[in-house]
Amino acid sequence: MHAQAVQLTLTEQRLLDEFQHGFPLEPRPFARMAQQLGISEAAVLDSLQRLQAQGAVSRVGPVLQPNRIGVSTLAALAVPAEQLEEIAALVSEYPEVNHNYQREHDYNLWFVVTAPNRTRLDAVLADISRRSGLQVLDLPMLEDYFIDLGFRLQWT
Amino acid sequence: MDMNVIPHPALDDAINRALLQAIERGLPLAARPYAAIADQLGVDETEVIARLQNLQEQGIIKRMGIVVRHRALGYRANAMVVWDVPDDQVAATGCCLGSVPFVTLCYRRPRRLPDWPYNLFTMIHGHSREQVLARIDHLVNSCGMRAFAHQALFSQRCFKQRGARYTTLDTQPDTTP
Repeated sequence: MHAQAVQLTLTEQRLLDEFQHGFPLEPRPFARMAQQLGISEAAVLDSLQRLQAQGAVSRVGPVLQPNRIGVSTLAALAVPAEQLEEIAALVSEYPEVNHNYQREHDYNLWFVVTAPNRTRLDAVLADISRRSGLQVLDLPMLEDYFIDLGFRLQWT
Repeated sequence: MDMNVIPHPALDDAINRALLQAIERGLPLAARPYAAIADQLGVDETEVIARLQNLQEQGIIKRMGIVVRHRALGYRANAMVVWDVPDDQVAATGCCLGSVPFVTLCYRRPRRLPDWPYNLFTMIHGHSREQVLARIDHLVNSCGMRAFAHQALFSQRCFKQRGARYTTLDTQPDTTP
């Protein structure tokens, strides 16, 4: 967790605004971005490396349509407060878990499990249930209504 | 409900699969990222670019670009807002919600009665809790949702966050900054 938001230059704000989708598909994509931003290719690469190191950028790459390469589900547990840290750590251990959040609800631990197929996914959920002694709420995606153009940031 | 992998001819292709595996954690931050991937796969740069273009046109890749971490950028408040929408209205409501700029995910998921009555899931980020709550009000009004029960599950703590890794699962812990 960050105590403070990562500080960005105006050019870096534009970089994040303008290149969350439509990343150039040409041999030197960062040079094309640099041209649009009026800076050098090296400056674009430096900014991305810095923002990644500081945690503001996760990666530069593809966002895949769900359930094409593998399957995933959103799962939840209702964990007694005194066991939360322990159970959260148990859940995070699995390489198949990519998000794991505490949320305000009786179901207070929410995590996403991704696997090559449903059989493996079910095995992970069963293992988490067995080890935690808790019943897992399994909520696989049925339909995706979201048109992903990235996140519209507001700088005010 | 079929919750297995949805087949697609483009994904029967071994090079496409290897390509997606090579870039799912991000492109190399180098002047010629596609050439670096091409070397790794034993194909040429032009082919990598053409295949990525095709995978986008097919919808397998929803977008290519910078993936940001909201929280690090000052979006401290984020809520998973869940809605109980009648089945015959869920598609129209989902499409309405999914097109609002500040909604970052919009999925239909199964109800699990009696424990879990909600079937439509959205993520809403904001700079503050008040801003997120105001955005929820805006959605209720603009997508005609006054009659539908909803709950906002604000996130309190992130124990783990990273991109989904569909093709390779390593065992290294990935700590969240």
